[in-house]
Amino acid sequence: MTWFAIDTWIVVVGVFAAVSCALLGNFLVLRKMSMMGDAISHAVLPGLAMAFLITGARASLTMFIGAAIAGVLTALFSQWISKFGNVDRGASMGIVFTTLFALGLILIVQAADHVDLDPGCVLYGAIELTPLDVVWRPNLFGQALEVPRAALVLGGVTLINLLFIVLFFKELRISSFDPELATTMGINSNLMHYLLMTLVAITTVAAFEAVGSIIVIAMLIAPATAAHLLTDRLVSMIIVSVILAILSAVLGHLSALLMPGWFDFGNTASSKIDSISTSGMMAVMSGLIFTLVFFFAPRHGIVAKHLLGAKEAAD
Amino acid sequence: MPELSEILNVLLLRDYNTRLVVICALLLGCACGLMGGFLLLSKRSLMGDTLSHATLPGVGIAFMVSVAFGMTGKSLPILLLGASVSGIIGCLAVLFIRNHSRIKDDAAMGIVLSVFFGAGVAVLSVIQSMPEGSAAGLESFIYGKTASMVAGDFHIIIAVTVSVILLSILFFKEFRLLCFDENFAAAQGWPVRWLDILLLGLVTLVTVAGLQAVGLILIIAFLITPAAAARFWSERLDNMLILSAVIGALSGWLGASISAFFPRMPAGALIVLVAAAFFLFSMLLGRSRGVLVRFIRQERLKRKVGRQHLLRALYEIIEADLNGAEEVSIRPVAFRQVRGRRTWSDANLKRYIRQAYEDGLIREQEGEAITLTDAGFQQAAKVTRNHRLWEIYLIEYADVATSRVDRDADTVEHILGERMVVTLEAKLMQLREAGHPGVPASPHPIRPGD
Repeated sequence: MTWFAIDTWIVVVGVFAAVSCALLGNFLVLRKMSMMGDAISHAVLPGLAMAFLITGARASLTMFIGAAIAGVLTALFSQWISKFGNVDRGASMGIVFTTLFALGLILIVQAADHVDLDPGCVLYGAIELTPLDVVWRPNLFGQALEVPRAALVLGGVTLINLLFIVLFFKELRISSFDPELATTMGINSNLMHYLLMTLVAITTVAAFEAVGSIIVIAMLIAPATAAHLLTDRLVSMIIVSVILAILSAVLGHLSALLMPGWFDFGNTASSKIDSISTSGMMAVMSGLIFTLVFFFAPRHGIVAKHLLGAKEAAD
Repeated sequence: MPELSEILNVLLLRDYNTRLVVICALLLGCACGLMGGFLLLSKRSLMGDTLSHATLPGVGIAFMVSVAFGMTGKSLPILLLGASVSGIIGCLAVLFIRNHSRIKDDAAMGIVLSVFFGAGVAVLSVIQSMPEGSAAGLESFIYGKTASMVAGDFHIIIAVTVSVILLSILFFKEFRLLCFDENFAAAQGWPVRWLDILLLGLVTLVTVAGLQAVGLILIIAFLITPAAAARFWSERLDNMLILSAVIGALSGWLGASISAFFPRMPAGALIVLVAAAFFLFSMLLGRSRGVLVRFIRQERLKRKVGRQHLLRALYEIIEADLNGAEEVSIRPVAFRQVRGRRTWSDANLKRYIRQAYEDGLIREQEGEAITLTDAGFQQAAKVTRNHRLWEIYLIEYADVATSRVDRDADTVEHILGERMVVTLEAKLMQLREAGHPGVPASPHPIRPGD
């Protein structure tokens, strides 16, 4: 394995994407809305298509705005359908995102000749290519850094999410656990809900452009859920989830670099560097970490519960 | 615009290719509608989403294994087998996580979805660098290729959907128990775990069969939207399931037919949109839970509550003015007094008065005074009596504090029916032996003149 400067940037981008998602993921998991990331990442398609049809260009900013609007609308529509129609929340999310995705497909067909919006490329992402898009070259301690755009964007999003959670910690906590209590305390839990959803949409869109939505979906859920099994306090849950997210990102890229060696089919072409998708491996690593936690968590893990059960039976 | 003969050609399925596509979409919609009904009722609508993403690593591994054994790697049955196996493993993982930890369904589904899909992406990227061939086409396995379906695909879809429909009819009773009350079913000695696995196995079958034909998003939509639409029309499971299957079949048929006219439109997307239109229509107009029906019911209840409040206010004002000196009878009451009885807005109160006038409960207003008619007075006495019976009940049976009893009676008296009042009355009479013939005295003080 050889480590290049490029690998450092891939890990940095991955860590930013993972941390920004994990921060928000804690609240999604507590609110039983884990699938929101999945829904939003599918539903941004019509936003992208509309932005393209209106401006006629693939300018990054308009696409970003279009996608973010579509993301917020997904949250809004599914909220309305489950509220006014009395429909199960998972079902209303599913209806909204499949419909929006279908609309997006049809819009894309309308502009088919000049768009290369492939639903597949949205899901897979290309984190390996992010370091090539350098936008900032600061000089730090006499060393020239080449900061890629994705690192700047995702770093910014991480900062915004962190600020949001620190500033509104009390409101978020109360409205996640007990929306009615929040209302009596003068906290607008609807507003908190929509703020959270807006940030989820922005994070999803910012991340999927750079690293593929599969990381987004995994990092929104897996670290927070694992943290939920490790601790009972919200503050420590958030901190643990961030640590697990960083771990999954780093281990994900390491394994993506290491694993091609194991898959040597006796052909030199097959063992070239980076032939395993880093995004995929980051998701897999978060899954492995979750599995470990699921079995070996000190109090809520399967093994611990089993031992406890055996001990009680013996008593 | 397409010509009439063309429309007839499509609708009557004269063209061989259209016929296959339309029949497949119809059958798939029907089977997914049925399965979706069960999923919706057990609050696991997004299971189809998880499942369809979880098939990806299976497809990749099946490809690699078959290449390792020296086969072409793209034989459909092997890929389908791989997809089904990894889909079922995904389902089992969701069930295991949910049953053995405090993690809820949604997070369990999300983890399985993302981790399996991530693993699939990683496996495909390995295949990409294998010398034996590109992974091209493997992705289309889950994104669908409606346009390029071959007869073999149709046979698989038809066989799978028909057997799923038959099996779910066979196990209808068991699945119903499972959806409504898992714990009860378990207590009754049903093998709940195995039934759950059977149900999810059937869902996996439809999903895998449909996936490579029509794509991931359509399957997800098919498993959710028709069932959610049907839920607005019926409270009975069997009716709802039949309707859900019909809506699924109709959307498949309509969407596929429309796409036959516009060759550039993807059939899957059109079918999703038709199903969404069905959903929207049902959500607004559905007979048992639609928005409109519930709105009308609520307005009726509000109107009834408003009328009862007005009548009771009038009665109690007269009663308080007389202060027990004589029998309560019809007398004019000032608007100002009525307004002071409750916290109601002027506009609302005027609306109640107008409605009561239209119903013949009060006489035409002369100036500021409101006078009950005979019918109105009788109803007012009855309403007040019911309210006080409830108050007495709450004090004597439910241990509600006297100071709160007025408010609590207010919330129950409009909703609980006549029969309840009759039983309650009998009980109260028994208790007190000597009953009041008319309106009982209020158990809490009514301040005169307020």
